[in-house]
Amino acid sequence: MKDKERIKTLRSILNYIKPHWLRLMVSVTMALFTVVLGLYLPILIGRAVDLIGIIHQEGSKKEFLTLLSVMAGVAGAGALTQWILNLTNNRIVFHVVRDIRKQAFDKVAELPFSYLDGHSHGDVLSRIITDVDQFADGLLIGFTQAFTGIITIAGTVLFMLRVNVAVTAVVVFLTPLSLFTANFIAKRTFGMFQLQSEARGEQTALVNEMIGNQKVVQAFGQEEEVEKQFDEINERLGKHSLRAIFYSSLTNPVTRFVNNLVYAGVGLAGALYTLSGGLTVGQLTIFLSYANQYTKPFNEISEVIAELQNALACASRVLELIEAEPEAADGMETVQEEAADGVKTAQGEAADRTETVQGEAANGTEIVQAKAAVGNVELERVYFAYRHGQKLIEDLSLCVRVGQRVAIVGPTGCGKTTVINLLMRFYDVNSGRIMLEGRDIRMLTRHSLRSAYGMVLQETWLRNGTIWDNITLGKKDATKEEVIAAAKSSRAHGFIKRLPEGYETVIGEDGGSLSQGEKQLLCIARVMINLPPMLILDEATSSIDTRTEMRIQEAFNLMMEGRTSFIVAHRLSTVRHADVILVMKNGAIIEQGEHEELMAMKGFYWEMYRSQLPVSNRLS
Amino acid sequence: MKSLLVYLKEYKKESLLGPLFKLLEASFELMVPLVVAAVVDQGIKNDDPHFIITRCLLLAALGMIGLLCSVSAQFFAAKAAVGFATGLRKALFSHIQGLSFADSDKVGTATLITRMTGDVNQVQTGVNHVLRLFLRSPFIVFGAMVMAFTVDVRAAFIFVVLIPVLTVVVFAVILTGIPLFRKIQAGLDRVMRLTRENLTGVRVIRAFRREEEEKRLFQERADELMKMQLTAGRITGLLNPFSMVIVNIAIIILLSTGASQVAAGTLTLGAVIALVNYMSQILVELVKLANLIITITKSFASGSRIEAVFAIRNDSLAGGGWLPPDTEWNEGQQDNKPEYHEPEYHKPEYHKPKYHIQFIDVTFRYPGAGEAVLTDINFTVNKGDTIGIIGGTGAGKSSLIHLLPRFYEAEKGAIMINDQDIRTMPVDSLRSRIGIVMQKAILFKGTIRDNLLWGKANATEEELWEALRIAQAEEFVSSKEGQMEAKVEQEGRNYSGGQRQRLSIARALVRRPDILIMDDSTSALDYLTEAKLRTAVREACSDTTVLIISQRASSVMHTDKILVLDEGKIVGTGTHQELLKACPVYKEIYETQFESST
Repeated sequence: MKDKERIKTLRSILNYIKPHWLRLMVSVTMALFTVVLGLYLPILIGRAVDLIGIIHQEGSKKEFLTLLSVMAGVAGAGALTQWILNLTNNRIVFHVVRDIRKQAFDKVAELPFSYLDGHSHGDVLSRIITDVDQFADGLLIGFTQAFTGIITIAGTVLFMLRVNVAVTAVVVFLTPLSLFTANFIAKRTFGMFQLQSEARGEQTALVNEMIGNQKVVQAFGQEEEVEKQFDEINERLGKHSLRAIFYSSLTNPVTRFVNNLVYAGVGLAGALYTLSGGLTVGQLTIFLSYANQYTKPFNEISEVIAELQNALACASRVLELIEAEPEAADGMETVQEEAADGVKTAQGEAADRTETVQGEAANGTEIVQAKAAVGNVELERVYFAYRHGQKLIEDLSLCVRVGQRVAIVGPTGCGKTTVINLLMRFYDVNSGRIMLEGRDIRMLTRHSLRSAYGMVLQETWLRNGTIWDNITLGKKDATKEEVIAAAKSSRAHGFIKRLPEGYETVIGEDGGSLSQGEKQLLCIARVMINLPPMLILDEATSSIDTRTEMRIQEAFNLMMEGRTSFIVAHRLSTVRHADVILVMKNGAIIEQGEHEELMAMKGFYWEMYRSQLPVSNRLS
Repeated sequence: MKSLLVYLKEYKKESLLGPLFKLLEASFELMVPLVVAAVVDQGIKNDDPHFIITRCLLLAALGMIGLLCSVSAQFFAAKAAVGFATGLRKALFSHIQGLSFADSDKVGTATLITRMTGDVNQVQTGVNHVLRLFLRSPFIVFGAMVMAFTVDVRAAFIFVVLIPVLTVVVFAVILTGIPLFRKIQAGLDRVMRLTRENLTGVRVIRAFRREEEEKRLFQERADELMKMQLTAGRITGLLNPFSMVIVNIAIIILLSTGASQVAAGTLTLGAVIALVNYMSQILVELVKLANLIITITKSFASGSRIEAVFAIRNDSLAGGGWLPPDTEWNEGQQDNKPEYHEPEYHKPEYHKPKYHIQFIDVTFRYPGAGEAVLTDINFTVNKGDTIGIIGGTGAGKSSLIHLLPRFYEAEKGAIMINDQDIRTMPVDSLRSRIGIVMQKAILFKGTIRDNLLWGKANATEEELWEALRIAQAEEFVSSKEGQMEAKVEQEGRNYSGGQRQRLSIARALVRRPDILIMDDSTSALDYLTEAKLRTAVREACSDTTVLIISQRASSVMHTDKILVLDEGKIVGTGTHQELLKACPVYKEIYETQFESST
C-alpha cells in the first residue's frame, strides 16, 4: 500500500472510532494505569525484600506490613483497571465491527449492478465477513499491544533510571539485540513462507479441480495418476512448510536467549553495584524483573507490526466496498400520478447522495397501486453496452401498449437478460430513453418503477426460511387466505401441502431440497400474491420436467391476462402468440417484429424456427 | 482425533524428542531463580565478586543451553507436525478419491475440499503447538512447586494451595468461554448466510423493493452477534485480572511468612527472592496454557471433521471392487470373452452374447433418499445400436446411465454387459470399456494432449487426431498455437463451452469404447455441428453402442430405439414413430416442444 492510501485508510478508520472517543479515552487511561500499577509491583516487592533483610530493626515490621497492604491494594487496583480495559476494548472493537459491517451491507443495497456483476459474490462476502473480523482482531491486538508496549518501555526506563543509571544502561543497550535478531529471522523466512503458500495454492487448486470433478476422474480411471500428481505437490508442500515453520519458530528461542543474556548482564552489573553499596538487594530484584518485562514488547514488535499491517490491508478492502460509487441518483416521481408537490426535477447525475436519500424517503410514503391502465412502455433509440467499446444494444426503439406481449428469443442467455436489466433499471441506458406511461424511467423512483413489474426469473432465488416467508416476500402483511390463493393460482399449493410442515416448512439456502420446478412455482406465487400491472417472465428451459413445465405455463398464462408482459421465450407457442418478437444474437437485437413478418424475412429467426428453435434450449 | 494419530507414528522419534528437549529447556529455566538466590545469599552476603561473576556466567550458559534445547525442540516438533500433516493429506486425498459417488454426494464436494485444506492445516498447527508447549507449561508449574520444596518446605505449601486455585480459575474461564465461542461462530454463520443471500438474490430483492427490510434484518443479526461477542469478552476478560490478583496474594503471603522465617533465621533472603520468582513464572505459564487450550480445541474440532471423512467407508465397492468375493477372475481374458458367470444368471455355455446391454428388474435409490429414483427398469440393447433416453428432469435418466459404470450400485435386479453381470467385473476393466461424456464438460489443467490421454494412456498420435476429427474438434485444435500442446487451464475454463464439449467427447472416443454414453453433452453445439458429429460417430465407430440422453425429442428422434422415462419408470420403448402412436408421455414431450396446444 502506498503511503497516501494508507493515510486515507487510517483517516476513515478514525472516523469509525470517533463516536467511541469517550471509551477510547477510558481505554487509554486504563491501559496507562494497568501498566504503571503492574510496574509498581516489582518495586514494592523489592522494597519488601529490603525490609525483610532488616526486619528486626525498629519500625521495620510495621512498615513491612503497610507495604504488604499497599501491594494488595495495587494488585487489586491493577486487576480492576485491566478488567475495565478489556471490557472497554471489546466494546470499542465489536461496536466498530458491527458499524462497519452494517455500512458495508447497506452499501450492497445501493451498489450498481455493474459492481455486483463485476465482483464475485465470494469476494464481496469475504470483505464483509472475514476482512472485517481480521481488521477488528488486528486493531484490538495491534492497538493494545502497541500502546501498552510503549508505556511499558517508557515506564520501565523511567523507573530504572530513578534507581540506577548504569544498570539501566546495560538493559537499554542490550535489548535491541533481540529486536534485530527477530527482524533478521522474519526477513529470512519471508521467502520460505512465500514458497509455502505457493505450494499450498497449487495443491488447493488441484484438490478443487480433481475432487470437484471426481466423477470424470473416476469415469476415466485416473485416480492413481491424479494421486501421483497430488503426492508430488504434497511432498513439496511438506518440504517448504517444514522450513517455513522451523525457521520462523526460531524467533522465540533466539529472542529469549538474548533476554537471558540481558538478565545475566543485569544480574552481574546489579550484584557488583550492590557490593559497592550502590544498590540494595531489593533494588536488584526490581532490576531483574524489569529486565524481563522490558524486553517483552520488543519481542512482540514484529508480530504487532504484521498484525497492524494486516488490519490496515483488510480495512482498505472493506472501505473500498463502502466507498464504491453508488447507483445513479434516484428519480423523484412515482409511476401513477404526478408527485403531489409537483417536484419533477430530472435528478440525473447532478443529484448528490443526500438527494438520493430524499428520493428513497419520498417513495416510501406512497407507492402506486397496481392499476391496469399502467403498461405503456416505449423505448426510444436506446443504446447500451456493459463495457465501453463493446457493441450490444444499438438504436433499439420499441413501443408496447397495455396488455401486449413481447417475446425475446435468441440462442444464448446473456443478451436476453440485458433487456430485463434495462426495463427494471438494474442498469441505465447509455443513450436514448425508456419511457413508462410517457415518462422517462430515470425520473421515477426505482421503487415505484420496480413495483410496476412482477418478475419471475429462471434462476430461482429463494431465501433460507419458510415457504410462507418466501411467498410473502412481496407482501409482508399478507393474510393466510391471500397466501393460499396465490399458491393455488400459481399451481404451487399442491406440492406445498405435501411437504412435511406445509407452508411452515423451512427450505434451506437457495431452495435446498425443492426441485427446480417447485422453486419456480414458488417464485410465481411470490409475484402472484401482489400482481403488478406488468410482467417480466423468464420461461423455463430444459431443466424442468414436462408436467411441471405445463403447470408453470398455466400460471404464466393466468398472470399475463391483460398485462403488458416481457417474456424470455423458449416455447414456440409463446413466441407465435407474441405481439412483438425481439430476436437476439450475440447480445444484440438483430430482428424485430411479428412472427409472420420475421418468417417472411427469412433471416436468423426463420433459420432458428426451422430447426425447431432448439438452440436456446441447449445452452441452459 | 485419536484415530488420526497413526499418521504421527512415523514420527515417533520426533514427537518424543520435541517435548523432551522442551522439558530440558524448562528445567534449565527453573534453575535460574536458584542461581539468583545464590548470588544474593553467597555472592553479595559474603562480598565475593568472583562468585558473582561465575554465577552470572552460569546464567548466560544456562541461556545458551536453553537456546540449543529449544531450537532442537522446535525442529523436531515442526518435523513431526509437518510430516503428520503431509501423511494425513495424502491419506485423506486418496480416501476421498476412492469414495463412491453416493458417498461424495452425501458429504458434498465443497465440504470435502475445505476438510482437505483448512482443517488439515488447523490440525497441523495443533500438533505443532502441543508438541512444543503442552507439556512445558504444566511442567514449569509443577516444577516450580517442586523447586519451592527444595528451597523451603513450609513456603512450598503456599504453592500447593495456589496451583489448584489458579488451575480452577483458568479452566473455569476457558471452559465457560468455549461454548460461547461456538455460539459466536453460529451467529457469524447467520450473518454470513444473510449477506450471501443478499448478494445472490440481489435482483429479486430489488425487484421486490426489500432493501430496507433486509437492512433491518441485517442490523438485527449483527446486533445479536455483537451481544454474544460482548458476553464472551466479559468472561474471557476476567482471566488475566483474576490470575494477577491470585498470584499477588500468594506473593504477599509468601513475603509475610518469609519475613518471619528470615527473622527467625530459618530462611535466607535469596531464598525468598527465588520463591517470588517461581511464583511469577507460574503466572506466565498458566496464561500460555490458556491460549494453548483454545488452539487445541479448534484443532480437535478440525480433527473430528477429518475423521468423519475417513469414517465414510466405501461400502459397495469394498474389497477390490467386485462381487462375489469367491469369483475367480481371469485377468487375461477380461477384455473379450469372459468365462466366469455369476450363478444367478448363469449361462451353461458361452455363446455370442445375446444382448450387449441388458437391465433386468433394476431398482435404484440414492443412499438415504426416501423414494426410489428408478423402479423395475427392464430393457435390452444390441451391439452397435444408438439408443435415445428421454424424459424430464428427475425422471432418472442420468441415474440410469450412472449405474452402468457402477458409479452407483443398483438396489435390486442386475445389469448385464455381454450377458455378464457387471458386479462380477473388476471396476477398472468395466469402466475402461465405457466412454462417458458428462453433462458438464470438464477438462483438466495441462495440455489438450494430456486431457485426451485420459481416455487411453498409450494412444498414438493418429488415434488422438482421429478422435478429434470425429468429435468435430480437429479444426479448432489445429488452428490453435501449439495444437495438441495448447495449454488447458483448470477445469478448461480457457475454452468455450462448445470447445469443451467437443474435447470431452474426443477424450471419450480416444479409447474406442464399447459403449459411448453422451449425457446431454452437445448442448453448446449448433445444429449443424451436432448433426455432423452424429454422423461421424456412426461412421467411425459402427461397433460402438451409443447411449444418448436428452430432454429434447429432436436429439433422440433419429435413434434406433428410444426409452421414455417418467418418474423413474420406463413408460415407453420404441422408435420415434412407434412412440408417437403408443406413448402418451412421449407424445406430450414432443408436442410441447414442437408447439400445438396452449
